[in-house]
Amino acid sequence: MEFFHRATSFPFMSTRKVWYGLSIVLILISLASLATRGLNLGVDFTGGVTVQATFPAAANRDAVITALTAAGYADPQVTIFGSSRELAIRLPPTKLSTAEVRGKIEQILHGIDAGATIQQVEVVGPQIGGELQRSAVQALIATLLLIFGYIALRFHTWRLSLGAILAVLHDPILVLGTFSLTRTTFDLTVVAAMLAVIGYSLNDTVVVFDRIRERFHAGRRLDPVAVLDQSINQTLSRTIMTKVVTLIVVVALYALGGPVLRGFSEALIIGILAGTYSSIYISSAVALDCGLKAEHLLATAVKKPLDDLP
Amino acid sequence: MLEFPRWKYVLVTLVIVTGLLFALPNLFGEDPALQVERKSRAPMDDFARQSIEDLLHKQNVVIKRDYIDGGRLILAFNDVASQLKARDTVDATLADVDRSALANASRAPSWMRKIGLKAMPLGLDLRGGLYLLYQVDLQGAVGQLLESYEQSFRRALIEAKLPFSDITTIGTSGGGVANGLRVALAAGADSDAVIEALKKVDPTLKFTSSNDAAGAAVDMLLTPAQIKAREDYALEQNRTTLTNRVNELGVSEPIVQRQGLDRILVQLPGVQNSAEVKDLLGKVATLELRLADTQDNPMQAQQGGHAPLGTKLYKREDGSPILLKREVIVTGDELTSATSTTSTEGPAVSIKLDARGADSMLRTTRLNVGKPMAVVYIEKSRRQVEVNGQKVDRDTSSEKVINVATIRGVFGPQFQVTGLTSGEARDLSLMLRSGSLAAPIEVVQERAIGPSLGQDNIDKGVRALEIGMLAVFVFMALYYHVFGLVADVVLLANVILLTALLSMLHAVLSLPGIAGIILTVGIAVDANVLIYERIREELRNGVSPQAAVRAGFDKAFSAIADSNVTALIAGLALWVIGTGAIRSFAIVLTLGIATSMFSSLLGSRALITLIYGGRRKVARLSIG
Repeated sequence: MEFFHRATSFPFMSTRKVWYGLSIVLILISLASLATRGLNLGVDFTGGVTVQATFPAAANRDAVITALTAAGYADPQVTIFGSSRELAIRLPPTKLSTAEVRGKIEQILHGIDAGATIQQVEVVGPQIGGELQRSAVQALIATLLLIFGYIALRFHTWRLSLGAILAVLHDPILVLGTFSLTRTTFDLTVVAAMLAVIGYSLNDTVVVFDRIRERFHAGRRLDPVAVLDQSINQTLSRTIMTKVVTLIVVVALYALGGPVLRGFSEALIIGILAGTYSSIYISSAVALDCGLKAEHLLATAVKKPLDDLP
Repeated sequence: MLEFPRWKYVLVTLVIVTGLLFALPNLFGEDPALQVERKSRAPMDDFARQSIEDLLHKQNVVIKRDYIDGGRLILAFNDVASQLKARDTVDATLADVDRSALANASRAPSWMRKIGLKAMPLGLDLRGGLYLLYQVDLQGAVGQLLESYEQSFRRALIEAKLPFSDITTIGTSGGGVANGLRVALAAGADSDAVIEALKKVDPTLKFTSSNDAAGAAVDMLLTPAQIKAREDYALEQNRTTLTNRVNELGVSEPIVQRQGLDRILVQLPGVQNSAEVKDLLGKVATLELRLADTQDNPMQAQQGGHAPLGTKLYKREDGSPILLKREVIVTGDELTSATSTTSTEGPAVSIKLDARGADSMLRTTRLNVGKPMAVVYIEKSRRQVEVNGQKVDRDTSSEKVINVATIRGVFGPQFQVTGLTSGEARDLSLMLRSGSLAAPIEVVQERAIGPSLGQDNIDKGVRALEIGMLAVFVFMALYYHVFGLVADVVLLANVILLTALLSMLHAVLSLPGIAGIILTVGIAVDANVLIYERIREELRNGVSPQAAVRAGFDKAFSAIADSNVTALIAGLALWVIGTGAIRSFAIVLTLGIATSMFSSLLGSRALITLIYGGRRKVARLSIG
């Protein structure tokens, strides 16, 4: 079995204007949604109470909302997740302990169905939330800076570096945009997934760039457009194969891992798809439009030979 | 001919065998168990074990197996019902000397445990329990220090007969946070003499004299190093307190650790009732030093029900009565530190007092050498009780004499309590510290996870792992044929190595950790794919099969190394910045990259060389 039985020769570079357009539109939509709708931040970031409960039969979401409102909880957020029997209730910050919250909510739920059981109660103080937001942003910035540093060190010409950086920025923005548009809860596990995406998004770009360098070595006079197209085509099979396999496991995680990992695996799926696209269409195209030529890579190759072989 | 040096084969085999060994305990699962330990911290012996076994047999509780591990007796049962019955039996009969806790015992054979092979402990999200995050009030801790200095300053100035009008706290770090003291001087006072007198309180303090519209003053500002030291002390102190109290709760494998700059994390597996636990952990304790009464008979006082004039009746830890003088020599507020040390007379607790305490100590000991002095431990807790259907907070306090020692000489700010075993010395210093010095704490995050949710999370995580791996295995075999099967073996080896590494590090396994393992399976494929695609490419270019294999491995190396570095950066960033579940994901991700590099570069090459290397000429590679 092979995805591409013969060597492919898709003309990726000639259509790059179309892909630029697509990416710009997607990024603008993401940014607009982030600016207007914001993110549906999880209780880790905002502080507050979440209660996870299971009903013996399908849960009646409206009845729960009515009962909670009647009990004096203003605007409770109730979502069905996992299966139709599982509910997540989110309430504003409180001074009560988990045991007290459990007691109160249990009483309310038992009014609806005596068989309802509470699986998990979490109470997060407001000071934690602000702090976690800060440390999550710090983690993102630190990771991006480290990766930019690595790129600058690794690809001696700024043309490739810029391409890689834009591709790396592209993916997390799309993940954030999707989370904002779909109002999916954005919690700490999603941040972890985004950092993993940033790490892996570069993976393909690096492999393609590695090949570009190799191709330019083969012929100094080659047309850059042809070299870039060849490099992407030659690594295409590997790019798709790797992504398919990673997607298989992440989809398994999404479908079977339960509600706790839902947001996490969703962020990974979007990130991996965006990363594949951006490493094929964005990173090399940007380098080309910045005027990448053989001598930019060859000059450095004389100074620093290719990696030692094992 | 393909070649692969023999030492590399040996290396790969050794690593895999070691990995298997370390990963193995994770396969066995756990039984419900009871952990019993001596309150005295003395290790359990076979005699104690036999008597507990007999006790349970009499109650018809079937013990599956039992063993002594780290001085604790572990009893494993077939079901939770036996476990609970055993706990009740042990608690009812032996509560005075033993402490029991519900636990889980690995089903792994005992030789594994004996050579230190253990399964990964499960995180709270996988087995249920209570998670509490405490915030320590560090400003409060510094405030306490300043208060104690303020009292010492007043005393020093009065003793030196230097007039002053007031002592107030001052803050220079902004935000109204106090970090120093200002001694406002009376008109015409000699500021140098004042500084001289104050220096005697603590020579490490820095003083400056100022003179502005408000009048002349002497300022003392704590250096950042002094503030840091105080904060560290308070934090470490509170951690110790919480650890002690958690140990009193009888919970198996609790976690109490510092988190970040001013937080303490407490994890109590299996605990559900948060109100009771918070009550116990949050209680305030203090201590007093008093002279013991040597004239009257404590037994008589106990029987008569009232203590002789000028004395107060107390109980020792073993329940026997003791009479102490009414006057308090030193209270817990006057203690500045307590550490366990070793003196010429054996284990001891070294105690430091502030000026007021030191003064009182000096006066008392001067008059009472050779007489016994007692340490009284006082514990106050606030709990809700129902009175006429109304919930009200009621403070309760318990007092007991934890130590009586003979005064050997005259001492002031620093002295030692001797006549203790090393375990007692440690406990006493812990209790003294936990009693009086803790800065205020507050719960900022808590999570109670039900046990069934934990099991549900394990089931889901394991199923996702199984299905995900199976799908990848089938896909790789279909896509790359024999080479795909090699990749499958390598992937399996990778998961084993990763599990082994995590077990060696005693990393706590949580749901995000399982997600990390699953993700690693997907990522680890990449290295193999890079190599195989390269081999295919070489074959398409008409290179001979064996040369293609060699070229594939060699040429793919730089791409593999490069692409893993970026993932490693992200993993390390998460590791450094994340806490809890995020950190557990990061550890798995980072270690997974390392094991996958090893297994695909060395493991896969070893296997492929084994398959295709021996023959002189290979006509065709089975690579799809």
